[in-house]
Amino acid sequence: MNSVILQIASKYVRWMLIIFSVIMLVRGHNLPGGGFIGGLLAGLSLAYKGFAFTPSIFEKEMKIRPEIFMALGLTLIFISLWPGAVLEGTLMQGIWFTIQIPFTEGYKFGTPFLFDIGVYFAVIGVTILFLFSLSDKK
Amino acid sequence: MEILLAIIVGVLYTAGVYMLLRRSIVKFIIGIIFMSNATNLLVFLSAGLVQGNPAFVNATTVDTSHLADPTPQALVLTAIVIGLGMVVFILALKYKYFEITGTDDLDQLKQTDEHS
Amino acid sequence: MNSIALPLLLPFAIAISLLLVRSDKLSKWVGPLGSLAMLAVAVYLNFQLQQNGIMTLNTGGWIAPFGIVLVVDHLSSLMLMVSALIAFVIALFANRNLTEDIPMSRFYFFFFTLNMGVNGAFITGDVFNLYVWFEVMLLSSFVLITLGKKKEQLEGGIKYLALNIMGSMLFLAGLGLLYGKTGTLNMAHLAEILRNDHHASLMSTSMVLFFVAFGIKAAVFPLYFWLPSSYHTPNIAVTSLFAGLLTKVGVYTLIRFFTLFFVQDQTFWHTLLLIVAGLTMVSGGMAAASYYETRRILSYHIISQIGYMIMGLGIFTPLALAGAVFFTIHNMIAKTGTFVAAGLIAKIKGTYELKEVGGLYKQNPVLAILFIIPAFALAGFPPISGFFAKFMLLKAGIDSGQYLITAVALLTGFLTLYSMIKIWNEAFLKKQPEEKSQITEVKLKIMDYMPLAILAAASLLMGLFAPSVFEYVMQTGDQLFEPSAYINAVFKK
Repeated sequence: MNSVILQIASKYVRWMLIIFSVIMLVRGHNLPGGGFIGGLLAGLSLAYKGFAFTPSIFEKEMKIRPEIFMALGLTLIFISLWPGAVLEGTLMQGIWFTIQIPFTEGYKFGTPFLFDIGVYFAVIGVTILFLFSLSDKK
Repeated sequence: MEILLAIIVGVLYTAGVYMLLRRSIVKFIIGIIFMSNATNLLVFLSAGLVQGNPAFVNATTVDTSHLADPTPQALVLTAIVIGLGMVVFILALKYKYFEITGTDDLDQLKQTDEHS
Repeated sequence: MNSIALPLLLPFAIAISLLLVRSDKLSKWVGPLGSLAMLAVAVYLNFQLQQNGIMTLNTGGWIAPFGIVLVVDHLSSLMLMVSALIAFVIALFANRNLTEDIPMSRFYFFFFTLNMGVNGAFITGDVFNLYVWFEVMLLSSFVLITLGKKKEQLEGGIKYLALNIMGSMLFLAGLGLLYGKTGTLNMAHLAEILRNDHHASLMSTSMVLFFVAFGIKAAVFPLYFWLPSSYHTPNIAVTSLFAGLLTKVGVYTLIRFFTLFFVQDQTFWHTLLLIVAGLTMVSGGMAAASYYETRRILSYHIISQIGYMIMGLGIFTPLALAGAVFFTIHNMIAKTGTFVAAGLIAKIKGTYELKEVGGLYKQNPVLAILFIIPAFALAGFPPISGFFAKFMLLKAGIDSGQYLITAVALLTGFLTLYSMIKIWNEAFLKKQPEEKSQITEVKLKIMDYMPLAILAAASLLMGLFAPSVFEYVMQTGDQLFEPSAYINAVFKK
């Protein structure tokens, strides 16, 4: 595809999509959103350039291998299993605490959120991997 | 609403089976997508529909009996993710196979079954 | 009881590290050592089980019917041990047999995710969680079966994938209906509800859907077509792994479901199971007899042997269930053993076609002996493991008056023997065909024999120490027949 509008727009829309995906991730626990949908959006934003130019450019410009994203995500998931085992005695038990931020109610942070961040990165990695394997490599 | 969705499930299954029986591999994959969506809807419907009462409880909620059952929603979410992975994998596989053989015909897939 | 989750966490951690470190040299060590660690964990869990009885873990601190519960009972623990042993042996085998075009680290990544899925399916106590582990296992196996990307591999892969995806969808549909009817997916809770509820007709839809879904995974009679058309295409190490683990997970789930909570309308279901078992045995055995390619013979054999396990489930007495369990573990070991032996024959001769090989007995007597142990175990010769497993099944069949299926099982034994003797005659006794003898033959090293030697020894030991194995599987059979201990353990009564 060779569309100038798409190519110029991709520069800006990509970052908007990434910001949006982070918002989706952060609001995720009690409102619609979460790691999976956030990760898909972020993966899509990274793929956006591939659509605007050719997939091979996207692959060339990609500095980090998708496996690294997946490994990061899975490691976060793996880490998030343990605090419950250490503090409460049961694996995967949710541990929550509130981070005090001035002028607000504070932000609730916990192991399920860490799990969600892990899912976010794993999904980004998987999405890119999918796009790699489905795009024309030659 | 449940009846409408039930009919949609049936239609999707029918369309899915029809597409599965076509000769083209791409149509076969479309059939799989239909059937997987039909199954997801079926699971979603299984516990009955509750409209306008999502399963979120806050400090003021007293009566929880009229809330929607969150389990099928969680199941469907997981199933959708898995279904996505499956479909992408079979698409990639089909793509590789097409690259090598240049055929989209399921009838050509006889090699591994031939009696030597 | 957090240690129950170790069979899942260990392969998970290893898989992550393999994703990060993509060194093939390192993977060669990580594979066998990692699976050895899994074996150690499984043995440790079995030891704990003998001490404490059935162990459960409510993940996330959610109590039994609400959260996902992991359960290790006698059956799960046994399956965990045997599957870890298979994994270890296959890791040794793969190290020496993977071809250049398959990157080691990639193979081992999916190897460990596959093992995670298998272990998860064995220890979960929740139907949906079982579905998830099945999918983990399936996705890994999809990648493994197409590693290398040869033409016939992709073709076999498409067939394998198509039928298994269908199976997964039926599983999911059955699960949805089951949830709609009972409002729970916890196996023990389901058992409590369904054992006191006799609305059998309502359950039939779910049962049929589950039966077809697991039938596809376990490759029973009318649903096995994916197996022989895909199992002979990938690398022999992958095939041996699949032969040892995948179909048996299907059998395990059938045993679990149809003993724990699908116990309504027993006469109909057990008759159906017996019919399916008989047809599976005969059709698999006959098809195996007609082929002259080792991998295809052995692939059809997997099907034939699945029939025996289903037969044990269909007779449904404690002895029959124990026999089915004994047969399953014996088959996992012996079947993998014969596939590994086929791989070694092919490594020496460069082909799987029996008509093109020969003279191996004179050339390589060690391989001949190592082949004959798992082969005769499959055929059911005393004093190797298969004899006792078959004997238990046949005795259970005669005791409960199921003479027809017992006769079929006996006759299938001859078919098995025929194909095993065919491989023996063609590959080992017959002279090397003249026109093919100019192929350069590969000499095997000691490490090549290791995997087969371990499996043969395991099979032999299971035969020689049959009384203690018998005692264990009888305990398992009793527990499956009367699962109140399982239910009580889950609800901590």
